[in-house]
Amino acid sequence: MIRIKREICTGCEICISSCPYGAIEMVEDRAFITEMCNLCRACLSACPVGAIIETEESRLPTTDSRLMDFSGVWVFAEQRRGKLHDVSLELLGEGRRLANILSTELSAVLIGSNIEKEAKTLIAYGADKVFVADDPSLSDFHDDSYGHILAGLIEKEKPEIILSGATSIGRSFIPKVAARLRTGLTADCTRLGLDGKILHQIRPAFGGNIMAVVICPNRRPQIATVRPRVFKKPIPEKGRKGKVIKVHVPEDISLRTKTLEFVKDLTSTVNISEADVIIAGGRGLGDAKNFRLLEELAEALGGAIGASRAAVDAGWISYPHQIGQTGMTVSPRLYIACGISGAVQHLVGMQSSDIIVAINKDPDAPIFKVATYSIVGDALEVIPLLVKKIKEVRG
Amino acid sequence: MNIIVCIKQVPDTSEVRINPETNTLIREGVPSIVNPFDMYAIEEGLRIKEMIGGKVTAISMGPPQALEALKEAFSLGVDEVILISDRAFAGSDTLATSYTLSKAIEKIGLFDIILCGKQAIDGDTAQVGPELAEHLGIPFVTSVKKIDEIREGYLRVHRMMEDGYDVIETRPPALLTVVKEINEPRPPSLKRKIQAKNLQVPVWRKEDLDVDEKRLGLKGSPTQVLRIFPPEIKGERKILEGNLEEQIYKLVSELKGLGIL
Ligand SMILES: Cc1cc2nc3c(=O)[nH]c(=O)nc-3n(C[C@H](O)[C@H](O)[C@H](O)COP(=O)(O)OP(=O)(O)OC[C@H]3O[C@@H](n4cnc5c(N)ncnc54)[C@H](O)[C@@H]3O)c2cc1C
Ligand SMILES: Nc1ncnc2c1ncn2[C@@H]1O[C@H](COP(=O)(O)O)[C@@H](O)[C@H]1O
Repeated sequence: MIRIKREICTGCEICISSCPYGAIEMVEDRAFITEMCNLCRACLSACPVGAIIETEESRLPTTDSRLMDFSGVWVFAEQRRGKLHDVSLELLGEGRRLANILSTELSAVLIGSNIEKEAKTLIAYGADKVFVADDPSLSDFHDDSYGHILAGLIEKEKPEIILSGATSIGRSFIPKVAARLRTGLTADCTRLGLDGKILHQIRPAFGGNIMAVVICPNRRPQIATVRPRVFKKPIPEKGRKGKVIKVHVPEDISLRTKTLEFVKDLTSTVNISEADVIIAGGRGLGDAKNFRLLEELAEALGGAIGASRAAVDAGWISYPHQIGQTGMTVSPRLYIACGISGAVQHLVGMQSSDIIVAINKDPDAPIFKVATYSIVGDALEVIPLLVKKIKEVRG
Repeated sequence: MNIIVCIKQVPDTSEVRINPETNTLIREGVPSIVNPFDMYAIEEGLRIKEMIGGKVTAISMGPPQALEALKEAFSLGVDEVILISDRAFAGSDTLATSYTLSKAIEKIGLFDIILCGKQAIDGDTAQVGPELAEHLGIPFVTSVKKIDEIREGYLRVHRMMEDGYDVIETRPPALLTVVKEINEPRPPSLKRKIQAKNLQVPVWRKEDLDVDEKRLGLKGSPTQVLRIFPPEIKGERKILEGNLEEQIYKLVSELKGLGIL
């Protein structure tokens, strides 16, 4: 519980605005915490006189001897249609780093059909062991079968840390696994650290306006999903030695879902969650055919196409391209916003990009506040010039 | 069909900021809204009902103020609303939240479809839906962008993936989390808005649910927020000088210098 020590509180009201849930009110000139409190602890550091305290009675004891039984770092090696997802290789690099600090082993878990050959790749990228569940019944991803196998393996092998990509697949079945094991899960991490054996899981919250350090001190394993492209792929070491362990795939996994087909979205050659470069267009482009200009720029730069909600709602491009609060969150190396005003709902989906270029007619457009490079001008004029210059430079 | 929609009241995150000097949140006047993805869940629930009949119940777990979110759901047309609220639920992470919601849903009893938003915009975790389905022991599909077919004992949906979509078949009872593409929410009706004002929202407390106290609230939450801090501001702002053509030339050479070209 968060409590206010009335005898210390000076009634300065500073804490009131520090609470994201509006849970602090003044009662008889002293701060008071209402039922709105979410125990997020944001107010603790706000109080200049230390009158806000956290009473510990509600927390579990932090030393549970059973936690010692868990060791090893695992990476869920995601594949689709037999191809390993880059995020899995990126996570092997980070997993290796954590395993070395903990002086423990790094393992990968590979689930699918006809994929055993990929175990070698995972070992080259840093895995000491690869658990392989290879069976024709696992060719399509299903929450039931993948969840059942991963949860079963975890119960048997007791790893202390599990990392998965924060992809459509990872974000779907990893929560199921965490709920089955009754342990914590931190979604969409952008950085990881260790404090002793406790994993510090750092992630954006409130639309990227705030970063939070999340821990799971009393349960194991500690599970995190990590966004693609957060970590660098390590350099593979050909001929690196590792163990491949075949996992028994039970015949009777109840599958309550069935995949009839996969339909590829023809408008996206590169998907935006993994692209290094994103060219995004908004209402300022005027109509659907001007999105063709973006494609030329995307081609010149090897990037993917993104869009603001206004452009999606106008039907100029499909929803999977939408970036922002009700679309995708991206953080490419380069984000070029063309004819996008920079409404907060858009900014929260792209403001963590490394370099932002904004092209807008209106010098006061809010997008310029987050832009590394600003070009005030007509996008329909600027983009062709940009394409031309890029081609020149590239030769 | 009995349809349950789970909705969450969230601060409008686009307005939440952090004070870089004190590392505390600045929340002055940030309004509370119904989580935007949940508006699509409500609309989809109403559409299923209109198509094949049934009843739509909206539930929300949260502080007493969350009843505003439920009233909004009511004004959009849901038949019943229930608030799940108790101090013992405070500090719940996704595991404790989904557990508590599962107990409330067990109390409601009969249901065919549970609809959740893909994620809530305060935490952005997208975990409560799948975890809730696991507690209830029912199948689920995340990021649904279309219900292709729904009838007694049969459900076919499109699940959005990074590079396209999967067509998936399952059987109710099932849980779906939905994305924006699934529909266009209707505006509230004036008549229901007026009715909603005086609506008595039933509140279920800890005692009303068959729960294991150890799994509630902070006690039942394996994850803890250790601290918060402001995001690093990336890169500096660079000025491009000259006329348009010169600016573009400068930009391209800078990008080249950074190794992007
Ligand atoms: C609950 C909720 C969720 C939302 N979620 C999202 C989301 O996920 N993603 C999102 O993007 N938005 C989202 N929005 C919408 C958001 O508030 C804005 O309405 C939207 O981002 C605006 O899109 P835009 O910048 O393309 O259009 P506008 O705001 O109309 O901006 C167009 C810009 O183009 C400029 N312009 C015009 N002509 C030219 C030209 N020829 N050359 C150069 N510049 C030109 C104009 O100066 C203007 O700045 C959400 C809103 C709500 C309420
Ligand atoms: N406290 C809550 N009460 C009701 N539904 C919730 C609650 N928290 C989350 N949900 C539902 O779960 C979805 C995902 O939330 P989250 O896992 O927090 O991102 C939301 O869109 C809601 O449909």
